[in-house]
Amino acid sequence: MTDFMSYLVLGITRGSMYALIALGYTLVYGVLQLINFAHSEVFMSGAFGSYAIVHLLVGDGKGTPAWAVPFVLIAGILSGAITAAAIAWTLERVAYRPLRKRGAPKLAFLISAIGASFFLSQLAGKLFGRLTSNSFPAFWDQNHIIFHLFGAPVRTLQIVIVGSAVVMMLFLDRLVSSTKLGRSIRAVSEDAPTAALMGIDIDKTISRTFIIGGLLGGAAGFLFGLNFSLGNTMGFLPGVKAFAAAVLGGIGNIRGAMIGGLVLGIVENMVPVVHIDTSWTDVVAFVVLVLVLMFRPTGILGERLGRAA
Amino acid sequence: MTVLLSVEDIEVRYGAIKALKGVSFEVNEGEVVALLGANGAGKTTTQKTVSGMMRPSLGQIVYDGYRIDGIPPHELITLGICHVPEGRRVFPRMTVNENLEMGAFRFKRPDAAVFEHVLELFPRLRERIKQPAGTLSGGEQQMLAIGRALMGKPRLLLLDEPSMGLAPLIVKQIFDIVRGINSEGVTVLLVEQNASQALALADRGYVLETGEIVLTGTGAELLADDRVRAAYLGEEIAS
Repeated sequence: MTDFMSYLVLGITRGSMYALIALGYTLVYGVLQLINFAHSEVFMSGAFGSYAIVHLLVGDGKGTPAWAVPFVLIAGILSGAITAAAIAWTLERVAYRPLRKRGAPKLAFLISAIGASFFLSQLAGKLFGRLTSNSFPAFWDQNHIIFHLFGAPVRTLQIVIVGSAVVMMLFLDRLVSSTKLGRSIRAVSEDAPTAALMGIDIDKTISRTFIIGGLLGGAAGFLFGLNFSLGNTMGFLPGVKAFAAAVLGGIGNIRGAMIGGLVLGIVENMVPVVHIDTSWTDVVAFVVLVLVLMFRPTGILGERLGRAA
Repeated sequence: MTVLLSVEDIEVRYGAIKALKGVSFEVNEGEVVALLGANGAGKTTTQKTVSGMMRPSLGQIVYDGYRIDGIPPHELITLGICHVPEGRRVFPRMTVNENLEMGAFRFKRPDAAVFEHVLELFPRLRERIKQPAGTLSGGEQQMLAIGRALMGKPRLLLLDEPSMGLAPLIVKQIFDIVRGINSEGVTVLLVEQNASQALALADRGYVLETGEIVLTGTGAELLADDRVRAAYLGEEIAS
């Protein structure tokens, strides 16, 4: 039981980060019907953006007063989010929009995405070192056990990760369901030419969608960097997993991405519970993806609503 | 009578194919004008060009004294041109209510009086106000599409095949409502294959054939024209 709960806590923590990244895939897929394969590097850029800012604020972290910790955390999330949003916005402008204006085939977008992905990853390698694994300065006691959940320790960092992810997702859910910006994103997702007839500027909406996806992905980058470490290739695995999570939840479906991320995080962390070696974790994650694609290709929350003739 | 819309010799291409080969017509303020023709004659293309979804390669479109060809649709709607596109194109996952609010997107918030008026015109929509639009029947989706356009407070309403795929009784209802909308002062440019219904409603009509206007006249004239009767109302000659 204690084991189960411990892995569940780990799974929820990991899953909420996947969910934040998955939202970026699903939002962009919604408006462009395109998988933004450079999103993993948007996430990585956010991690490094926050890394630079946190270093600037606390140096090597020694002697950071306790009262300053929440502010550093908020600064980390914000700087990660803003860096990644700026990268995502630029990415759309440079790598996708020119292709869109030319009516290029889908394959061209994919190639462009891979190119942008390599570029960003190598740029980060040049700036922050390729082989070194960077860690955030130890400015707080992130492994302090706050309480026990059925015997499983719950640590400060886990509360920060899950808490901030939940706040951001609630915020996004409200934004999408009840603001004009959210409505315009949904309208473009459902039917872009008709959305334009309603007075929605499609280009602007697409830009804003990339910005929102970038904000969430960058915040996840900061949280992920705190939990693990940073490197110029850190985006790949979480990126692919989050993509799997978005498909699992139903690509294009916003709540689906949140649920898919959590489910995937929990499932892959449950691997040791059933006495399978942890080296199988990644395999399990992708087996889940394959099974979903085979038996429920529209994902958990995927639905098909047609137009009556 | 003042001219609200004047389409002057427009040519529209899809790649190498010319869909419109120099189409000209006028719509006066307060009129219902019908564009008739067979499939592929260029009716929908004409309407899409007026609402900004397509750009003409030659010619110009003048609306209310301004040249509007080449202006994207999301800007054109601010001039009061509301387009009910072919196939209704409601947002299937949004509720009826949200679809109607989308129609008023250009305003800061939807006009409550217009909203109420739309629901009076289409009581079925009120019954289904919280239902996703994708679950409505074809006739209800058409009503929603028209209601959504009305939420944008049109001065010129473009209707593309409102009768398509609908039962005759519903078609009659919808045409009655279009007549009502027109009598409230909205100018209507109607594209139809259902020529008898359209001409009964229209003040004037134009007949398109392979991208060119081949015939024009008042609704009654066209309805009496042998060529129109032969081509589009075959069943009436037989009777």
